[in-house]
Amino acid sequence: MTEKALSGVKVLELATCVAGPYCAKLFADLGAEVIKIEQPGAGDEARRRGPFPNDIPHPERSGLFLYLNTNKLGVTLNVGSHSGRELFKQLVKWADILVEDNPPTKMKQLGFDYETLQTINPRLITTSITPFGQTGPYKDYKAYGLNISHVSGSGYVTPVLESDGELGPIKGGGFFEDYCHGLSAAAATLTALYYCEMTGQGQHVDVSKQEASLCIDRDSALMRDIEGKVLSRVRKVGAGGFIPTRDGYAWMAVVDDRHWKAFCQIMGDPEWTKDEKFKDRDSRELNVQELNSLIGEWAKEFDKEILYHKIQSAGVPAGVVRSPGAIMEHDQQFKARGFFVEIDHPVAGTLTYPSAPYILSETPWAVERPAPMLGEHNEAVYCDLLGHSRQELVKLREAGAI
Amino acid sequence: MNKPLHGVRVLDFTQVWAGPYCTLLLALGGAEVIKIESEKRIDGSRLGSVTLGMICKTKNESAIFNIFNLGKKDITINLSHPRGSWLAKEIAKVCDVAIENFRPGVMTKLGLDYEGLKEVRPDIIYLSSSCRGNTGPERNYAGFAPSFAALGGLSYVTGHINGKPSVMTGRTDLLVGTTSYFAILAALIYRFKTGKGQYIDISSSEVQSVLIGDMFMEYAMNNRNPQRQGNRDSIMAPHNCYRCKGEDNWVSIAVSSEEEWQALCCAMEKPELTEDDRFCDASSRKKNEDELDRIISRWTTDYTHYEVMDILQQAGVAAASSYNAQEVQDDPHVKERGVFTKITHPVIGEQEVIGTPWKLSTSSGNIPGYGPLFAEHNQYVFGELLGMSPEQIQGLVEEQVIY
Repeated sequence: MTEKALSGVKVLELATCVAGPYCAKLFADLGAEVIKIEQPGAGDEARRRGPFPNDIPHPERSGLFLYLNTNKLGVTLNVGSHSGRELFKQLVKWADILVEDNPPTKMKQLGFDYETLQTINPRLITTSITPFGQTGPYKDYKAYGLNISHVSGSGYVTPVLESDGELGPIKGGGFFEDYCHGLSAAAATLTALYYCEMTGQGQHVDVSKQEASLCIDRDSALMRDIEGKVLSRVRKVGAGGFIPTRDGYAWMAVVDDRHWKAFCQIMGDPEWTKDEKFKDRDSRELNVQELNSLIGEWAKEFDKEILYHKIQSAGVPAGVVRSPGAIMEHDQQFKARGFFVEIDHPVAGTLTYPSAPYILSETPWAVERPAPMLGEHNEAVYCDLLGHSRQELVKLREAGAI
Repeated sequence: MNKPLHGVRVLDFTQVWAGPYCTLLLALGGAEVIKIESEKRIDGSRLGSVTLGMICKTKNESAIFNIFNLGKKDITINLSHPRGSWLAKEIAKVCDVAIENFRPGVMTKLGLDYEGLKEVRPDIIYLSSSCRGNTGPERNYAGFAPSFAALGGLSYVTGHINGKPSVMTGRTDLLVGTTSYFAILAALIYRFKTGKGQYIDISSSEVQSVLIGDMFMEYAMNNRNPQRQGNRDSIMAPHNCYRCKGEDNWVSIAVSSEEEWQALCCAMEKPELTEDDRFCDASSRKKNEDELDRIISRWTTDYTHYEVMDILQQAGVAAASSYNAQEVQDDPHVKERGVFTKITHPVIGEQEVIGTPWKLSTSSGNIPGYGPLFAEHNQYVFGELLGMSPEQIQGLVEEQVIY
């Protein structure tokens, strides 16, 4: 077996939906041993969210769940029940890391606040991912991804508008916000793990989703425009930007004179490019609206993909707005890098999944197993790992603990 | 309290936002980050920012540079000078991590790619990040934040219903930085256990794609592209942003359970809605959400966004203002958690900055310092760290190697 970056790291996941599971997925995909705890019967909320093949809901066929839980072992456990609590304690003793997303008061009610967890396992790293963190006046407030997009200041500046309009603030597409929180929590947890490797000391990692979001928008949170006003959705775009083509949008940036010269050449040096208004960086920025509409006039004859390659081959930064489908079908770059991988699942079958945005030379990203079916590893975990007998397992099942 | 990354030293060739945000996180964690610039290659964010319309006249007055480079050490090496690479390698010998975001190929020409630095520091962790990654037919393609999102699929799925795909700016870069940080930490942990370094290749466009992973699953399953949904959700309703009293004030409201729905109707003092057939269960509410949104909007416009958030949170409904930057800063919760910190910069004076996106119980989270002045730490790095004599340093300055 190839060595993995996080081989030997033991992670317990008590989380649902996107942020917590995505955090633990990032560890599992780099070789950590992750045990995911789900509620007996219902399982993770993500199992009830699409996409489903042919839109027919099925708890083992949710594309969201399948993607977020690769490489994990799955057990069912009712942490609130008496025997469930005992099993949970045993798992906490086993783990190096606990990833949880419960409201702070709920963890206390369950008897598993950080102080208690620490007495069970002093080296444990507990990563708590909650809307507003473990302290402060909003710590018990409810918020979904939508609410966090807005209360962090990110929604207010999205989408970027060229002129004042009636369009209100929006969140990022799909579960983008929640994934960002999971990534941030994973980065935080590895910081604590590194510290633990060095010192042997566990700790509590407090991830406030509001802060996770506002930290990756710190430019708009901290900066004001040149008039000293807060940023809004109406913003200056540089020379280029999204340019409408025959079949959608391409993107390009003319930053310096070198870009400008090269780009004019691509356009065949039309007369208007020689205008004083566009002679240097400052004048182009000053007349950016006129410039961009002239570029748009030229671009509208082209297919966006042709334009993208044409502009890039002249050394000018360019892009193209691609749909997920277009990326999966036609993106040569993603293909060459092996970004999409096929994973087989006993119920969902073989599907194409996104992998990871990093290639690590010594410790490659890899899928050893698909997302677990509900309770799939109960026996492996409770009997083989924790040493309970098959008979005990039956009793626990009857008691509703698993 | 100890900083978690105390003792880690980083050689930082990166510029602008994505790379510097990665090394900012390292610096905030207690790593010593040595940033390389030169008169020939000044970090673009010292000069201003296109999206902010900001142009700086001198090297040390940029507020945007300050927020992305807190506590780093700044030195100047002219990498286009034949001896520039040699000098950078001398520093690499005493570093654990190196990071660069040049176009693929540039570092190889300079002899400063992974192979080059591995010769002098066999266990080095070396990260390259670029628009499309360091392999593949488009590896030489250049791009900035908006192209990462466009090429990664994020722009396509973000936007108002029937609206245009969205231009995504700053965050796109900072996610590349966060991802890079995560990968470096994983490699540091692996090195701690095995003594082995490695090479990490990040594609900035792939960084965006994994954060909408289920959208690709949708296509894989049903051959169908997800459409732009504004603030809406595929199941939950209401799930939107509603206009409030005042200019450009909005509040977001999301309802998931029956209990939350009842609570919302009560808080709006519209108990009759709970009896209304159009909204009797989750799927009916989703089906009739246009009408539902109109009803809620009529209610929210009589209140400020603060009032709606307060009323609904007290009732147990997920509601939150769409804050602008000033409102975030003034929010009592954000204040109590000490998210913003005022620091003093020798040229800029006082400026608000932000530390780590997380709180660790073993670390104070103090800001390690201001964004360094250009060449501020030449003496420390060349003199103290490398042990060069004043004459040697002077010689390199005259040769314009240190430049």
